[in-house]
Parts: sequence; C-alpha cells; structure tokens
Amino acid sequence: MKTFRAFIHKEFLHILRDRRTLLVLFGMPVLQIVLFGYAINTEVKEANVAVLDQSRDERSVSLVNALFSANWFRPVETLKSPADIDRVFKAGKAKMVVEIGPDFAKRFAEGRAQIALIADASDPNTAKVVTGYAAQMIAQWSRRFSTEHTVEVLPVEYRMHYNPEMKSVFLFVPGVITVILMLVSAMLTSISIAREKEHGTMEVMLVSPLRPGMIVLGKAVPYLVLSLLNAAFVLVIGLLLFGVPMNGSYLLLLLEGLLFILTSLSLGLLFSTIAKTQQEALMLSLFVLMMPTILLSGFIFPTSSMPWALRAFSNIIPAKHFIIILRGIMLKGNGVAVLWPQTLVLAGMCTVLLGISIKKFNVRLQ
Amino acid sequence: MTGAITIHAKALTKRFGAFTAVDAIDLDVHAGEIFGFLGANGAGKTTAMKMLIGLLMPTAGEARVAGYDVYTQSEAIKRSIGYMGQRFSLYNDLTVLENIQFYGGVYGVPPAELKRRTDSLVHDLGLKEHVNTRLQSLPLGWKQKLAFSVAMIHEPKIIFLDEPTGGVDLITRRQFWELIYAASAKGVTVFVTTHYMDEAEYCHRASIMVDGVMAACDTPAALKEQFKVKTMDEVFYQLARSAQRAE
Repeated sequence: MKTFRAFIHKEFLHILRDRRTLLVLFGMPVLQIVLFGYAINTEVKEANVAVLDQSRDERSVSLVNALFSANWFRPVETLKSPADIDRVFKAGKAKMVVEIGPDFAKRFAEGRAQIALIADASDPNTAKVVTGYAAQMIAQWSRRFSTEHTVEVLPVEYRMHYNPEMKSVFLFVPGVITVILMLVSAMLTSISIAREKEHGTMEVMLVSPLRPGMIVLGKAVPYLVLSLLNAAFVLVIGLLLFGVPMNGSYLLLLLEGLLFILTSLSLGLLFSTIAKTQQEALMLSLFVLMMPTILLSGFIFPTSSMPWALRAFSNIIPAKHFIIILRGIMLKGNGVAVLWPQTLVLAGMCTVLLGISIKKFNVRLQ
Repeated sequence: MTGAITIHAKALTKRFGAFTAVDAIDLDVHAGEIFGFLGANGAGKTTAMKMLIGLLMPTAGEARVAGYDVYTQSEAIKRSIGYMGQRFSLYNDLTVLENIQFYGGVYGVPPAELKRRTDSLVHDLGLKEHVNTRLQSLPLGWKQKLAFSVAMIHEPKIIFLDEPTGGVDLITRRQFWELIYAASAKGVTVFVTTHYMDEAEYCHRASIMVDGVMAACDTPAALKEQFKVKTMDEVFYQLARSAQRAE
C-alpha cells in the first residue's frame, strides 16, 4: 500500500508540473464549452424562406403571415410556379420553400390540407432545423382554428419533445462532458505511459517489485479522479451558465460516468501497449479516438442522418452510447429502466477492452 | 573470487522463433565481484540480462539470481536486485528528494530508514544544496551518479547496470566507477554491460558475447594473455571480428 501511495504521489507531481497536461486538463473543458455553447451554434435564426402559394386565399395568407411573424424566417421571394423552386435553391436564395397547394382553405375545412416543406438538403443540419421550426409553427397555427382538422405537413420527420426551442447547447453539454472524459482518460493515460517507456523509466519500474497491475492502476487512478472533477466542472458550467436541465439522478450519472471513464481508460491503456513514444500515443488517441468520437458519436451530427455504413460503425464508438445515456439522464430524466441497453453495451466494451489491455500489458510477454 | 555464487546460469537460452538470441550461456558470478558483460550490439547481452532480472522468460536452461529461480521466483528476484537501465532512469520533472522518495517507496524502505539513507546519499554525492532542485537543471554526470545511488536505495545484494556510462564524459565515468568499487567493497555483486573497453579493464572478470554465444570469460589479465595482446580493446576486436550476425 505504501508502495502504491508513493506511485500515486509521483503521478500527481508529474501532472501538476507539466504545463501541457494542465492545459489539456483545465483549459480544454472551458474552451470546448464556450466554443460549443456560443460559437458553434446550430440554432438557425432568420433563415431565408421562399413561399409558393398556389391558393392565395384567406387561410393560406394567414398561414404565411404566421410563419414570418417570429424572427425565425425571413421572406425572400414569392414564387409563381413549382419550376421556380429549383431556381431559388440553385441560386442559394432560400434555405426552404413552403409550398401550399391549390384550394387550401377548402381542403383545410375538410381536414385534408397539405403543405410541402422543401428544404435545401445540401446543408442537412439547417434543413432539418428549419423544417422542424416550420412544422411546429404550422401545427400551432392550425390549432387556432380547429382541434380536429390539422394540416398535414410533408415531409415532417421531426419531433422535439425534450428540447422544444432546439437549444443546441442542451445537446452539446453532454457531448462536451463525453469528449472531455474520453480525452483525459484515454489520451493522457496513454501519453503518460508512453512517456515512461520513452524515457526508460518504465523498464526500471518493471524491474522493481511493483507489479504490472499496480503500475496500470497507479497510472489510472489519478486520471480517473481528475476526469470526474472535470466532468463535474463542465456539468456545473452547463447548469449555471447555459441553464441546461438536469432532470435525472446524480447517482446514476456518477455511476454511468465511472463506467465510461473505465472504458476510456482501458482504451488508453491499449494504445499505450501499442505506442512506443508519446508522439505515437498522441496520434493514436487523436485519430483513432478523438475524430470518431467528435464526428461519429452523435455529439455534433446526429447518427440518424448518416449513411448506413457510418451509422453501423458508430455503434462501436463508446462515446455514442454514453452520449445517449447522458442526454437521457440530463434532458429526459431517464432511469436505468430506459437506459439499460446502452449501459449493457458500455459494460461489455469495458470488460473486453480492459481484458485485452491488461493481457497485453503483461511484462513477460515473450 | 571466493564469495558465494549470487548469479548462476547454465545453458541459458532464449529463442525468438527460429532466431537464437542467447545460445546456452554458462556463468557464475560471486558476491562482491564486478562482472563485465561485453559484446557488440546484437550479440545478445541485453536479452541475457533481461532473463536474469526477470523481464524475459528463458526458452531453456537454468538460472538463479540471489538464490531465486528465474522461472518461478521473479518477484523475489526483483526485490533483491537493483537495476539501472541504458537510458536515464530517474524523473527529470521531479526533484532529487522526490526521486529518492519515489524509489524508496517503491522498494518499501521504511520511512525512518529512508530518511537516514537519503541524508547519507545526499552527503556522499555532495548534493546537499540541491535536494529540492528538479533534475532537469542538474548536469548529466550528477544525475548519473544519483541514478546509481537511487538504484542502491534498498541496499540490494546484486546490482545490474546496463551501459550505465553512455554519453558521460571521462571524469564522470571515473567517478562513477569509484561508486561501483565502493559497492563491490561492501560485498555487492555488480553485473555491468559496457561499450567502453577501458571500463572492461576495471572489472574483476569480463565475458565477451559473440552471436549469442559466450566466446570468452576470464579476468582481463588472463584474457589479454590468452589472446597475446596488450589491451582489452584488442581482445574484443579479435573476438568480435568473427561475428556473423549483422548489428
């Protein structure tokens, strides 16, 4: 135990004295949350919208007015014929066209009115957001007249129960927590083990009575503690600064967090058994871990809008499952009853990864 | 040498697939002896040493270090030996004191005892004013001597040194060898690999490995006599010339 304490003490000294590590540890979370919270905002304001109204009756005019009453959309052009739709998109004049068919008022009274929302899908994120807004506004508008006869909106695939204002920061805070946990646990652990290999101190430790398991644990514990602190820090910023809701159980959040940290640590450990230098460890973490985690986990881009191959691939990324868990707990207040499939997947990944990496770390390999 | 045998190997062999890195070497090293382990790069000395310190499992043969079997008692071996690797084995971002405390802690030296040993070590090396200095700002020579003393912090009976003086100037090498002699005088077995043939002259006995085989093993004087040359350098050259293995 005393041996272990000496080891942990040494690890903390390394961390506290390395400016780069400190920067990653404490600078990254702040930077990321500010970036994602303020700068990279997927909220769409004042999107250009064109209207193709083939009815021009009392109801359709009222609907168009309703659409432009809030500051979400800016009217750019009133189209004459369906052929114009292609033109405005090609010219980049509008993000979305609202097409209202003929005899709108009559059909509305009969309950079979149709509106097509055509969005510029070259920017899928915005397309999704603007059609989402519009569909909601149309639904609201139709409720003014009748509770039975609603307008059928084509194509509407979007429903936003949990984040009605489409506040992207609500979705980003769980994502930032995930990325930071991954970064600190996997990248810093693998780099710190690679550093010892590079400097030859790992050899000395392996010759010492320290057991390999102890070395692994000694490397993992400091980063586990720091990861937890970091996650709490981001969570507090999210709650206080951005008003992100926390509807679920803190205990569940902590337990799931520990599971994810353990999974990331095992990944870091696995990398360190492959990488011989700090540079290699860094590259491995960045390309094998960070890129997929940020791009394919659903952190920024929803996995549901990915091609099937990428969507299938995203399932092997631990972060994807953890983000679902975090969003579930924080935004929806889900409990284990709902989140058990993701939890099970993470636990499975964790067991397999930890098993492989400890086996690979064994000193007497040959 | 008359002391008890502390390192013993018989037909110790290590194969990696079809490649025989170490081919049935025999050796007996006695307590208090300074045993030089020489050989060109790729001759197999690092592999042989790794088997002795419990980092590598032998393919065949037997070996005992400090009376413990390398196959089954590597943990006991690790507790009884000191080791200093080719590369600098201390932490540059820690202070002199923190380095000593870390290794003392790792080897389970009791705190009171560790404090006593730290004081005498710091005094002997003349590092009193630098205990709280981080190693990165100390000259290499001092760090090398400190590394040796730290490797001895748990007062092992045997110390393994793997090219301990690489990249160090002549004066520091002399001073380093004084530390080795002092340890030997206290009965510590010193097992040292080196590239410098003048250092081979300082050893009580030297062995030379060529292509995984132990080509020669005797006192420097006897070896020079046997090969009818004046320096260990020439002994080494004659033997290493016959090597088939590429570096």
